[in-house]
Amino acid sequence: MFQIFKMAYRNLNRNRRRSILSALAVSIGLALLLFIAGIVNGEMQGAMQTTIALQSGDLQVRAASYVEEKSSLKWEDLVANPEDVAAQIKKLPQVTIATPRLFASGIINTSSEAIGVQLYGIDPASPANAPIVQGMIAGSFITPDDQNGILIGQTLAQRLGVKVGNQIDLSANTANGNVNEQTFTVRGIFSTNTPAYDQSTIMMPLAKAQAFTGTQNHASTIFIMLDNRDLSNSVAGALTSPGYQVLTWQTMNDLVLETEQLANGYMVLIYLIVLAITATVIVNTLIMAVYERTREIGIMAAIGMKGRRIMSLFLAEASMLAIAGIAFGVVLGWLICAYFAKVGFYIGNVGTNYQFLLGDRIYAMLTLSDTITLTIIALVITLIASLYPAILAARLEPVEALHAQ
Amino acid sequence: MEVAKVENVTRTFKIGEVETRALRGVDLTIENGEFTALIGPSGSGKTTLLQLLGCLDQPTSGKVLINGKDVTKLNRNQRADLRKSALGFVFQFFALIPTLTAYENVEMPLLLENHKPHERRERVNQLLESVGLADRAHHRPDQLSGGEQQRVAVARALASNPSLILADEPTANLDTENGKQVMEIMQKLNKETGVTFVFATHDPRVIKYAHRVVTLHDGLIEKESRSQ
Repeated sequence: MFQIFKMAYRNLNRNRRRSILSALAVSIGLALLLFIAGIVNGEMQGAMQTTIALQSGDLQVRAASYVEEKSSLKWEDLVANPEDVAAQIKKLPQVTIATPRLFASGIINTSSEAIGVQLYGIDPASPANAPIVQGMIAGSFITPDDQNGILIGQTLAQRLGVKVGNQIDLSANTANGNVNEQTFTVRGIFSTNTPAYDQSTIMMPLAKAQAFTGTQNHASTIFIMLDNRDLSNSVAGALTSPGYQVLTWQTMNDLVLETEQLANGYMVLIYLIVLAITATVIVNTLIMAVYERTREIGIMAAIGMKGRRIMSLFLAEASMLAIAGIAFGVVLGWLICAYFAKVGFYIGNVGTNYQFLLGDRIYAMLTLSDTITLTIIALVITLIASLYPAILAARLEPVEALHAQ
Repeated sequence: MEVAKVENVTRTFKIGEVETRALRGVDLTIENGEFTALIGPSGSGKTTLLQLLGCLDQPTSGKVLINGKDVTKLNRNQRADLRKSALGFVFQFFALIPTLTAYENVEMPLLLENHKPHERRERVNQLLESVGLADRAHHRPDQLSGGEQQRVAVARALASNPSLILADEPTANLDTENGKQVMEIMQKLNKETGVTFVFATHDPRVIKYAHRVVTLHDGLIEKESRSQ
């Protein structure tokens, strides 16, 4: 056994450049797979985190009749006395944040165009605003009693050409179906690095939003964060009460989850393509080795080496190539993923919407289980691929092999 | 005692539509301890006969017996086992494994037979000594001259104490001096160990070493002569 590996090692050394290139093909193949896995996983996890943090929260409590797509502002479709409801919810030990929010569709009118925006009425003091507070790039955050101040997303601000202190003309639907219009002052500009969000979001204090839209003391939803997201279903169960609907992050973000599943399906296809290319390189190298060493195989057969042993020599060469390639590939893949986990992979605005908030950078996220799975798959596929040349070597007729040139 | 015997052996090669009858009914018995030369012009069937005796090939008809056993009835693996234990080969080209040292090449048949490490060491050293290459043990084939490589091949052929060593044109690629050296070593080993040698050759300088000369022509034995 040891002798077989010693011979295999020396055989690989005989054509060192070819061996290194073949092992490198395995390395690059595996590193590429790990990179793809890291990026796709990072994209999906990132999209989910961003969508939860900015949009859905872990849970939301809404009026039973509220329909999200309509952004209805009728009182019966809204949560009445939302501060009290939020305070009640906050009493549950698993709940870390419960804050009322009002959503309304608005239009910003400029001299040349009208831009549709999503208007958020928020409690400025709530820790749920952390992603916005952290993303402030100019001006200051709004205060609860601000009567004409708003926050505006950076992309939207750039499009409008407004700066902190400038005024904008905003109109929005009201509870009774009319349209209200008012001039607001930009207090601050924020960036969440999420193009779909930053290009259409305007925030104002909840009290002002209620006054502006005629929804006195009502909110669209109670936005809830939990200390442990996995408990969302049981907490949702505890919150269920007549007249309200409780939505979990899974049901609110089914689009993200479905996209993730779809992406995973495509991933398998990509894995197979990359591995097939890698396997082809290995098969090619070994077949060349078999043809180059046909006479040598004949000699080994002549002195009594059986087919099985000749086969194991070639398999030993393949496994040494594979293991060296895979070891380097894992390191390379981890390094690439570590780099992109830190720096991110810039994708810009890919035109997603509110149901799928994707940052402008994907941060690679390579899991241990993906690494182990892909490493094992790469090893197994490489070894399976090397069976053909090994069998080819083992089946050579000694007489014919001896007469090869 | 008979080491090898072929009975009415024929061997036909088919290349495309053309059939070539390399052997057309050969009977030959090789006795223990012989030092026999198979001679004849190219295409006379020397190499084919040697390959049949060496269990590297199977006859189209007839029997090949090695140590009394009919090898035509053996399967691939059984023939490999027989080659490993009872037969040794020396080829025209210096058929060594290029990645292994002289020592390791000689050791190879012993490894295949699962000998213990100290037995192997002793045997390999003794064999290399007997072919005069003790000091070249750790050289790779490409660091050895043709004559030295062929002597390593002879040592390897002897490693597993075979009853028969088959040599196909062992001196064809050697100069006179090296050819002589190889033949003298084979002759010496034949005398000392009693191992049987059968070699195919064209070379008149080689034929003079043989005790028995079998002349083949067109796939048949034309004549036989014995010296001494």
